[in-house]
Amino acid sequence: MTLSQKRIIFLTSVIALAFGIVPNVSAMHIMEGFLPVTYCIAWGVLCLPFLVSGFFSIKKTLSEHRKTLIIFAMVGAYAFVLSSLKIPSVTGSSSHPTGTGLGAILFGPSAMSIIGIIVLLFQAILLAHGGLSTLGANTFSMAIAGPFLSFGVYKLCQKLDVKKPVSVFLACALGNLFTYCITSFQLALAYPSETGGFGASLLKFLGVFAVTQIPLAVIEGIISAVVIIGLESYAKSELAELGYFKGGKSHVK
Amino acid sequence: MSSRTKTVVILLLICVLIAVIPLAVIKNSEFGGADGAAEELIAKIDPGYEPWTESLLEPPGSETESLLFCLQAALGSGLFGFCLGTLRERNRKRKDPLTDACP
Repeated sequence: MTLSQKRIIFLTSVIALAFGIVPNVSAMHIMEGFLPVTYCIAWGVLCLPFLVSGFFSIKKTLSEHRKTLIIFAMVGAYAFVLSSLKIPSVTGSSSHPTGTGLGAILFGPSAMSIIGIIVLLFQAILLAHGGLSTLGANTFSMAIAGPFLSFGVYKLCQKLDVKKPVSVFLACALGNLFTYCITSFQLALAYPSETGGFGASLLKFLGVFAVTQIPLAVIEGIISAVVIIGLESYAKSELAELGYFKGGKSHVK
Repeated sequence: MSSRTKTVVILLLICVLIAVIPLAVIKNSEFGGADGAAEELIAKIDPGYEPWTESLLEPPGSETESLLFCLQAALGSGLFGFCLGTLRERNRKRKDPLTDACP
């Protein structure tokens, strides 16, 4: 193992252990019917341009690089699996990762808006988890804001010459965390506290959503890095077509 | 084991630890689903708020719900594993073209 790998492992362990026992709360997507109608519509409309550009982006990638379909199927399946895993967290409640960061790195952030909305529709219709009325807001947080942040973090890491699996770890972990920060923001906007207004509400919701999410973000980051290490060794040619090896340092020599 | 395999194994173990430690440390919790606490919080901030719509279909009980969540995970990991297996096998054959020729 290289020194930087050791550092990462140390860092993640410290983060994981640093979170002791925090009050009992829990958090995930915004529940059906829990966002006023105007907000539902506004967030939904805001998603539309991303979904449209996502659709074209996927179409373009897959028609130009037919070979990458298998990788696309994999990142879709990955998001599907990760968002179904409710993992216990330090706050004494469970939440689940998003799984959209990895795809954003490989296929670009807008492509993930389509995959994200499919996952959210599945959960909203069949599982009563999230909801159709809040689909717009949830899509914005999980399938747009998170992937875009992941993509940005990844690009930044590449500029700074960070190793690829490490960049993937950071990008996916932060994207995951950001998703739930946006969820808190959306709820705080709809439910400003009487005493402290928007700010006080935001802090409360962040306490519920973001804190629960921190260890899960670390888990998602690690798993995404593991997947990318696997893909680097088995699917070099596909990754090359996606422009993955341009710039930055790769794990595979 | 190659150093890469070792890294992967260690990383996955860390993931398991992160998930298991809260279970071991926090005793008086059911690790309930996320949505519940946010609902309570909304009720605190705005006691008059009534959800204006309800889920179309709601799983009748936790058993059915866990079935559906399982299904989601199974479909996803099945497809993921299938693709990874395909890629791995392709790679193996490329490295050793003889396995293709003599079955």
